[in-house]
Order: sequence, then structure tokens, then C-alpha cells
Amino acid sequence: MPQELNKEKLKDLKRKANKIRQLIIEMLTEAGSGHPGGSLGMTDIFTALYFHILKHNPKNPSWADRDRLVLSNGHICPVQYTAMALNGYFPLEELKTLRKINSRLQGHPHCGSLPGIETTSGPLGEGLSQAIGIALAGRLDKNPYYVYCLTSDGEHEEGNTWEAAMFAAKYKLNNLIQVIDRNYIQIDGSTEDVMPLDPLKEKYESFNWNVIEIDGNDIEDFIETVGKAKSMKNNKPTIIIADTVPGKGVSFMENDYHWHGKPPSIEDAKKALIELRDEEKKLNA
Amino acid sequence: MLNPNLKLNQKLFEADVEVKPTRAGYGEGLLVLGEKNPNVVALCADLTESTYAHLFAEKFPERFFQVGVAEQNMAAIAAGLAVSGKTAFISSYATFSPGKNWETIRTTIVYNQTNVKIAGHHAGIMTGPDGATHQATEDIASVRSWPNVKILIPCDSVESKKATIAAGETYGPFYLRYSRDKTPIMTTDQTPFEIGKIQTFWITEKPVTTILAMGYMLHYALLAAKELEAEGIQVLVTNVSTIKPLDGKTILSLAKQTGAFVTVEDHQVMGGLGGTIAEFCAKNIPTPMEFIGLQDTFAESGKPKELVEKYGMGKDSIKEAVKKVIKRKNSKS
Repeated sequence: MPQELNKEKLKDLKRKANKIRQLIIEMLTEAGSGHPGGSLGMTDIFTALYFHILKHNPKNPSWADRDRLVLSNGHICPVQYTAMALNGYFPLEELKTLRKINSRLQGHPHCGSLPGIETTSGPLGEGLSQAIGIALAGRLDKNPYYVYCLTSDGEHEEGNTWEAAMFAAKYKLNNLIQVIDRNYIQIDGSTEDVMPLDPLKEKYESFNWNVIEIDGNDIEDFIETVGKAKSMKNNKPTIIIADTVPGKGVSFMENDYHWHGKPPSIEDAKKALIELRDEEKKLNA
Repeated sequence: MLNPNLKLNQKLFEADVEVKPTRAGYGEGLLVLGEKNPNVVALCADLTESTYAHLFAEKFPERFFQVGVAEQNMAAIAAGLAVSGKTAFISSYATFSPGKNWETIRTTIVYNQTNVKIAGHHAGIMTGPDGATHQATEDIASVRSWPNVKILIPCDSVESKKATIAAGETYGPFYLRYSRDKTPIMTTDQTPFEIGKIQTFWITEKPVTTILAMGYMLHYALLAAKELEAEGIQVLVTNVSTIKPLDGKTILSLAKQTGAFVTVEDHQVMGGLGGTIAEFCAKNIPTPMEFIGLQDTFAESGKPKELVEKYGMGKDSIKEAVKKVIKRKNSKS
């Protein structure tokens, strides 16, 4: 069960986030392909979920009463894999097999390959619907688990996402919490150039969701917001709009859409790791 | 003669043979499953009565989910229910599901190997007056290459009920194909049904070709076989109710026994029943074949029976195809 969030615990979570970022850089460099931007941007949220919020058991990934984490924008799986490995779902060394032959760490997550992965994702716009199915099953089975569905802003261009948004409100799925990575980038550039999504808050409010906007790189803010979302008693699904910095923690990657789907070169990785280790020293000071 | 072992409907050649749509058998089968298993759930995309899912919805409202006109959403929600231990049935017209939501099904249901049954209704030109937009004639071709999916096409409403129940009681993704119009009932409650088994409905002493038929088209094939026998041409007529996994053992023995095939389907001849059998034969036992079905064309609005004739899929076309394939077989040797 989640512990109380005190200063020490918060500091520990920040250290874990830093560790995850270092491992993401290493694994993507080793893989030679993959998506650093969103992975680094969502690291704080994944850290908060896997190390504080989720009711889960890494030694028994299919525990019936676990909370479900559904990653819809599957391309940021490096951050999920890393958070899982650090939790003990599988050995840390396995991170180096990402995207390689005979690996359980598929380039986009496959639920049949790795225990602890709830759904298969990668093709965008399908995760929220699958999360809804899992939330409906929880209600049918009278099992009070929560379903956390992580989505991206780019995938809100998929009509399927809005089909799902309507459905979740119709069926009053208050056991469903969506967290959207609002980082304003996608492969072809800025989301607002490719296909404007704002005003996002108003869009979801008009779809009958609870909407909470936060700084998605603030672990403490996110943890408090999830608590708030769970305490809502108005029978609406909740979306947390998490404003994140893509590439967070690596200065030359931050807010540059070119790093959406480009792996770091060995030189890039060296520079990135110097920055992240500096941050680590500050956190340990 | 009709194969006595299969306990078929003895009235099937008569003019007043009972007719019923295969989609009705779907609704009845789904209802039985709902009663037997509390984990069976059903979803529909605004076509509840038309797909006969209303029988389940009325009896089990808490296990039925109305998704609205949103086939992608329906498929992925079903996948979520299924990864949580439910057996989920999704119903729509085949042009929309598995047509419009093809990739969603591929990723969330088939690649995931979830326990979802995709019921594609209004398949084939038997959909009639709605026109080609609503006549799914490429559905089998589009789903057959998915790994580890099972594909059932019941021949009548009685078999349809059995096939639906069998699919619901067998783990994994299924594509189930149903048609809209009332079609003759050829089987009885006593007729055995097994997933992956080709059954010979019409047997003769010295058959010189086999007609492999799929769905309600089996009735046209039987009519053709009966007339051919009167003309002195003996054939076998088989019901291919499972396209995948294919009953290769039976096809091999039919090819050895009769040396020629005619496939009969309400689907494009590419990638459907004909394509499936041709692939198998090319690899295992090259056999002269003729293909009855849509010949690389869309159909149009019209009465189902008029369309069957216009597009060369009726009894007389089948007879011609049989004569043609026998000629080819004989000229080869």
C-alpha cells in the first residue's frame, strides 16, 4: 500500500526518477532506435505511479486486485520498462535487450510478451478504450481497483480517443483516471501546428469529465492530484492534463520535437548522462 | 443423396423449406451462452436488433454495452473486458467490423490473443437492397491472414446457433460471419457440429468432383448437385463451416477421391474460400479448380436472389463450373 508522502519519500522518488532517466538514455542508445522525448517527459509520473500510487505486486503481476496501468501511447514504453525493472518485475540487465531479437521488451509493448504489461499498444488511440473495458470488468466483478490510462496529446487526433471519451462519461466510469501527456510535440512538429488540440480542458469538460491541470514534472503535485481524483464523488471519469517537458532532464532534448523518435548517439548519450549524473549528485547532497 | 449420418433436414429440397437468417442463430446462441456463463458480455454499435444481439441485451442488461456508432471503440473496449476475464462478443455489420476497425482488432484482440468474438453480420451480397456499401465481400480475405484467429461461417440458422455457442466456449479470437436474408434450413438440431471439420452433405457412389461450399451458398450447391445427378454427373457437396483452421485432412482425401474442386462462396473469389482451398492444394495436391463467387467486382442493390443470378453464383452457374472443371481434369490426364 502507498506510504505517506513525506519529505524523505519525495526526495527518494526524485532520485528514482533521475535513475530512470539515466537508464532510459542507456537503453535507447544500446537499442539504436526508440523514443526518448516522451519517455523522459513522463518519467516523473511513471515514478510516482510505480513507486507510490499503484497497488501492485511485481512478484505477482496478475494479482486480481491490482490497479491497472494502461499505456496507450506505447512508444514511450522505455520509461515503463525501466520503472518496472526497478520495481523488480524483471532483472535490470534485461533493459539492454529492448527492441532486440528474442527479447520480451518489444519496441512497442505487447501484453503477451512481458508479465505486468496490461495491453498491447503502439497504434495510437486504442488505449483509452481498452482501459474502459478493464474498468467495466472491475465494476462487473465488484473489484475496486483503479485503472490509470496514460495517453498522449498527439493521439487525441485519433477519432477513437473521442469515441472512448464519450463512452467513459456515459457509463460514469469513476474508477478510470486518464493522464494525458500534454507535451505539445508529435513526430511532425508542434501539436498545435499539426492539428490544434486546445482548448483541451474545455473539450474534456464538455465531454462530461472531471479535468485537472497540473505540472506533469512535479511528482508531489501529481500524487496529490491523483488523491483528489480518487476522492471525487460525482460519478465522472477524471482526466489529469499533465503539462510535461519532452526530453526533461537533458537540456539539448528538452522541448525539441526532433527527439520524439530519435535515439541518442553514443556522443549524445555521454553528454546526457553527464547532465543527469550532475543532477544525481545534487539530489544526494 | 443427402448424407444420412448428418441427420439433415429432409425437406431441404422442397419449395416450402423453412427459411431463417443465420443472424437469428447468432442471437439465440449468444443468449444460451449468457445463461450458461456469467462472464459472457456483449457489445453492439447501434445495430442491436439487426444483429439479434437484443436477445442478450434484454435478458442481461448489466452485461450488455451500447457503444454507439463507433466500431473501433467497440473492439478495443471488448479487448479490455477480455483481458479482465470476460468472453466478449462484438456485433456489427461486417463491412464496419472487422472492416472499419480492422487494425484495432488486429492489435488489441488478435495480437493480444484476447477472448473476443467478432460477429460480422450482413456479410455478402445476400445483404441485398442496401447495396455494395453494406455487402461485406472481402471480410474473410482481410482477416484470414491474422495468425491464430478462428473463422466460422455457418450455413444456416441452426448451425449458426451451434457455431456461436462453440465459439463462446473455445478460448481465443474468432471471426463469425452471418448473413442478413432468410435462407433455407439444411441441418437439424441432431446434425453434429465441430469447429474445423468439413462435412459432406451430398454423397454419390462415384463422384468426379467436389463442390466445397461456404455459408448459405451450400443450398445452391446442393440444388446443383441434385440436378447434376439426374444428368448423370456425380459430385460430392461439402459444408466448409470453418475456414481457419482449415480441415486439410479432409480436403486431401476429397482431392484424392474426386480429383477436381468447385468452390462456392458469397465473397470475392480472391482470398476467401476459393483462395484458401487453392493455397492448400497448390502446396499439397494440385487439383483443377473452378471458383464461384464475386469475380473481382462490387455488387449493387437488388433482391438477394436476383444478385446471386446476376453475378453468376446461382445453381446453373455452379453446374456449369462443375462441367468445366471435369473437362479440365479429364484433358489433363
